[in-house]
Amino acid sequence: MTAPLVDVRDLVKHFPGERAFLGLGAAKPPVRAVDGVSFTIREGTTLGLVGESGSGKSTVARTLLRLIEPTAGAVLFEGADVLRLGRTELRAVRRKMQIVFQDPYGSLNPRMTVRATLREPIVIHKLAAGDKIDARVRTLLDEVGLDAQYADAYPHELSGGQRQRVGIARALSVEPRFIVCDEPVSALDVSVQAQVLNLLAELQRRHRLTYLFIAHDLAVVKHIADEVAVMYLGKIVERGPAEVLYHAPRHPYTASLLSAVPVPDPAAPSRRIVLQGDVPSPTNPPPGCPFHPRCPHPKKNERCRTEPPALVEVAAGQIAACHFAQEPMTPGV
Amino acid sequence: MTEPLLRVRDLRTYFVTERGSGTARAVDGVSFELYPGETLGIVGESGSGKTVTSLSVLRLIPEPPGHIRPGSYIEFEGRNLLTLSPPELRAIRGNQIAMVFQEPMTSLNPVFTVGDQIAEAAIIHQGLSRRAARARAIEMLTLVGMPDPAGRVDHYPHQLSGGMRQRVMIAMALVCHPKVLIADEPTTALDVTIQAQILELLERLQRELGMAIMLITHDLGVVAGTADRVVVMYAGQVVETATTPELFARPRHPYTEGLLAAVPRVDTPREQLRAIPGSVPAATKWPAGCRFHPRCPYAWDKCRTSEPPLLDAGAGHQARCWLVAEPARRSNPK
Repeated sequence: MTAPLVDVRDLVKHFPGERAFLGLGAAKPPVRAVDGVSFTIREGTTLGLVGESGSGKSTVARTLLRLIEPTAGAVLFEGADVLRLGRTELRAVRRKMQIVFQDPYGSLNPRMTVRATLREPIVIHKLAAGDKIDARVRTLLDEVGLDAQYADAYPHELSGGQRQRVGIARALSVEPRFIVCDEPVSALDVSVQAQVLNLLAELQRRHRLTYLFIAHDLAVVKHIADEVAVMYLGKIVERGPAEVLYHAPRHPYTASLLSAVPVPDPAAPSRRIVLQGDVPSPTNPPPGCPFHPRCPHPKKNERCRTEPPALVEVAAGQIAACHFAQEPMTPGV
Repeated sequence: MTEPLLRVRDLRTYFVTERGSGTARAVDGVSFELYPGETLGIVGESGSGKTVTSLSVLRLIPEPPGHIRPGSYIEFEGRNLLTLSPPELRAIRGNQIAMVFQEPMTSLNPVFTVGDQIAEAAIIHQGLSRRAARARAIEMLTLVGMPDPAGRVDHYPHQLSGGMRQRVMIAMALVCHPKVLIADEPTTALDVTIQAQILELLERLQRELGMAIMLITHDLGVVAGTADRVVVMYAGQVVETATTPELFARPRHPYTEGLLAAVPRVDTPREQLRAIPGSVPAATKWPAGCRFHPRCPYAWDKCRTSEPPLLDAGAGHQARCWLVAEPARRSNPK
């Protein structure tokens, strides 16, 4: 098997706790947003990173691109540790690692036309000069399925789907190898969401792109990911090949998430596991298994309350952090 | 058959836009009925007019720029809501017809405790004393499954999680035991495990309190699991209506068909999603003929010039599509 393009090892990001009034007094405990996350992504494949709000999935995306500085860990990309690069080296690497944001409204400059937005990275990274720049912009618009007439449009003149196509074109403009897609379709309508997902898949095939695809929606991820990792409270609780994870989840949180996705078929058997309560605060995660207060597993016992389960291999390529992960779970049971 | 509780007839809600770019016909001739005790799903994408429809029922449309056109008719228990005086309307709104909004953070007042906000409707509509209203608020928080209701009653919205805020919104809506609950995307802002909690809560409350629910959503999955009947909206119109099993088994409108094929699912094998090309047109310039024809794989000449009415497809199933009259054309999509 080929070496992975992206190799994330034990990534940690703790945000310092707030101080009380006027910064006096003891600080609150840190927010452990990402707490030891490791994964690899092979070139040309997609890892789906799934979790609910507060699970730390977006912090993983931002720390591995160093949009925020991590507390500890390593991110190996093309053999170098991105987290230890100096400014000039980092800029060179950033050209190869791009991000598409969730909100195409907030991530495009409202005062720049589509053309200006797409020209900027090409100029900064000196990828073309003179007339070649505009030719490159036309090619990019074509690649993302936007008519050339939109080159002179401002973001407010575009629909949500068109804006997200511009966001994708901007990421593609510097010819990256790796793109972090941070909830790229969550803000879009269903019919448009499918257009953008199909476009991302098509671009991946054409350019052999590698994706980290972040989503809160397991159904969306299923359509794009080769491997899926599920996060809960700053940790990966299960990871495996997509088809295995969806059919034979080993962690009760994965099973619950799967069962909670509404199925557009009234004849489908209803086997929803309704988890009680909310996700606990990452400043003060529960002892033992962080999922134990909400866990519906019939065998849950004292050990879950005291001893944190390790991520162990439970099947070929599938790892899970549950004391009972050696036995398969049926989704919805 | 029982009489409908709410009857909407030919509702037209238009908005005059700035800079004279024309009139936005956001809701353009919508009719449907809501029967006692049922859940009616109103499905559509952004720009379909589903939210404006629900706001029109409660006359919460800001005028100007909006106005409900003459000829529109919204009947609740035999009275036309559109001709009621403001005091008469207030006696119904929040009392017999209540609403839950999508964004619990922006719909709750940040400077009042949740207890005060739940109690307000009981004080206004039922003349409860402050003390009795507070007891009612605690009772309502218990009903909606809030942990530690007696303590949470004194909390402010920012101290609660998104799921708890939505429970507070539901408690506020239900405090006067309404006959109709309008829920506008009540779970869209929530995580999927919290969405499951809220949907289960709405189901339980409907069983216990017997109210009718108008559930507005973009999510066909949510509709499939909760609604008895479905109204599909597109470009300000009802394009299809049927019972839930019938609609999902035999979608008659190409838009409904397209939406169903575009939804990513966890329960089926991975395949290429079928997207609907293009996007929803602007409400200031609906296409001539059938409003869906520019995106429709089956459209022919007639669709470009002649607007189809809602055609009866049998078994209470109606679709605004010429294919209902000429089903043979379905065999040759573009």
